[in-house]
Amino acid sequence: METNMAIRASALTKRFPGVIAVDRLSFEVRAGEIFGLVGPDGAGKSTTLRMLAGVLTPDSGSAEVAGFDVGRDPEGAKRSISYMPQRFGLYEDLTVDENIRFYADLFGVRRAQREQRAQRLLAAAGLAEFRSRLAGKLSGGMKQKLGLVCALIHTPKVILLDEPTNGVDPVSRRDFWAILYSLLAEGVAILISTSYLDEAERCQRVALLHQGRLLFCDTPAELKKRLPGAVVSVVSSDPRALREPLQNAEGISSLVLVGSGVHLVVDDAARRIPELRARLAAAGVSFDAIEQVAPAIEDLFVAAVQSGAAGKES
Amino acid sequence: MTNGDPSVVVRDLVKKFGDFVAVDHINLEAQRGEIFGFLGPNGAGKSTTIRMLCGLLHPTSGWATVAGIDVAREPDKVRERIGYMSQKFSLYNDLRVIENLRFFAGMYEVPASVLPERIRWALAMAGLAGRESSLTATLATGWKQRLALGCAVLHRPPILFLDEPTSGVDPISRRQFWELIHEMAGEGVTVFVTTHYMDEAEYCNRLVLIYRGQIVASGSPAELKQRAMKGELLLVECEPLGRALEILEGAPGVLDAAVFGNALHVVAPQAGRADSTLRPYLNERGIRVTRVEAIRPSLEDVFVSLTTMRGAPPAAPGVPQDEPAPEERPS
Repeated sequence: METNMAIRASALTKRFPGVIAVDRLSFEVRAGEIFGLVGPDGAGKSTTLRMLAGVLTPDSGSAEVAGFDVGRDPEGAKRSISYMPQRFGLYEDLTVDENIRFYADLFGVRRAQREQRAQRLLAAAGLAEFRSRLAGKLSGGMKQKLGLVCALIHTPKVILLDEPTNGVDPVSRRDFWAILYSLLAEGVAILISTSYLDEAERCQRVALLHQGRLLFCDTPAELKKRLPGAVVSVVSSDPRALREPLQNAEGISSLVLVGSGVHLVVDDAARRIPELRARLAAAGVSFDAIEQVAPAIEDLFVAAVQSGAAGKES
Repeated sequence: MTNGDPSVVVRDLVKKFGDFVAVDHINLEAQRGEIFGFLGPNGAGKSTTIRMLCGLLHPTSGWATVAGIDVAREPDKVRERIGYMSQKFSLYNDLRVIENLRFFAGMYEVPASVLPERIRWALAMAGLAGRESSLTATLATGWKQRLALGCAVLHRPPILFLDEPTSGVDPISRRQFWELIHEMAGEGVTVFVTTHYMDEAEYCNRLVLIYRGQIVASGSPAELKQRAMKGELLLVECEPLGRALEILEGAPGVLDAAVFGNALHVVAPQAGRADSTLRPYLNERGIRVTRVEAIRPSLEDVFVSLTTMRGAPPAAPGVPQDEPAPEERPS
């Protein structure tokens, strides 16, 4: 294994009755990198993280974490990992400080280090003022952040986070990401799963998953370049009126109604925009703007799934 | 989009829990056929407002009408005229599709004379015709979600409340779901959406951002992105990122900075001026800058900008049991 490769999954596969949860999944995460496992519910994200954390045995394939083969030496791997499952076990009847102390003891963190680290993490999480509040009295977003603080109170080589930002508002979500990026300087590798495709933008590289399979693996910027065609936005205060004249226009592969208009995926924006403009004018439908916009990861996901790169809903 | 009388009117609505003002003089109007998005951090007052509009919580002062009915005086009548669906899709997994529909029809007191037609309609809408006897637990998420929507609107409510209805759902099912919602809105149903997810907010015609119990911004997604941002947004590609973030957090002329992948998003009062000052500022401190470019804010950028850059009043002393603790932030 290369020295700077912190996680290597090779053809990882896990079946549950009636479903292949993870299907020959391979990817690598470097030390000092934030890598996202991105996909909807049922894509296989949690199952993958559990296999990497050594709490679930793969049916086939292998995984190495921090130089340890998870199958052969799960205890070695576990010592190098901090794993935050979706339901992180906070003690609601203990205070913020007491929860941190509990996990610091569990991970064997020396007293001299733990206070310094706790202070830094609590400040970044916006929780410094709430150290004596009972965990049960924190809001959902604050609880998630406390879970992260507890999971990071020791200094692991690999951090596995399973949908840590689920149900967390955008402001807390941002604090979360700031903490993660601040840890990269320590050379850790961070693997984070999310069902929000827009959150993929925050990762340095992402693996886009659908029904247990890898659709794409790349940086967010490179992923967007893979969208066949371009995205055109038409802005209007009456989005529904745009559908009729536009939906059968030539060169359009998808039309999505959004709140301020429609998003179209077209083969060639420079050529189609004047045509679309003319169609709207001919139909007597007014609009505020028409322009090419940057594609979202979601556009790529939909295009990939629709083109048959993955199975259909059963 | 706007046709006829507003279907939801809220005037000076206030809800206090002890000393804590959860909802602080909110005013709004939603028109028939409008998809109205309600955004705000945890504890901002969103769910308290929605619970008052559903007749589940009595306002401290002010008033609100839903489909012409005063929510404080006739809460039971309000509940007959609304549909509600949450991300948890409160379906019974161990019941068959048809049994779930019948159960909700009974809850909402759908008259027996129209029941077969309503159930046929709901099945067709959800794409579940022919799957009536399937066990709900065996449906794929996208179908479950459309079944939940069918159950929520069996009684044809003029107003529909959706709470993060498509979180975690695959993008194709999500788009199908929103197509249905836009269709219903086209038929005159007013749709209230509460969400943390900006990609859901994009599907709304109008958005209201609530923060600390008050409305701090409103407009269409396009309008909010154009004008609600305090300052302009720059994409800054530089190395090393973590160090650059620390430097910029206290830098003059920088309102905010956050990491996105391999770059920073920096909010500055004027993008043009920041471009010429940021580069040397970072260079002098050992940061290699490869690109500075003005970019368009996303809804999330707008949201964060509006909820972090307002002076934060001191934290509420006592927070009641039934309201999540506000997301207090040190100022």
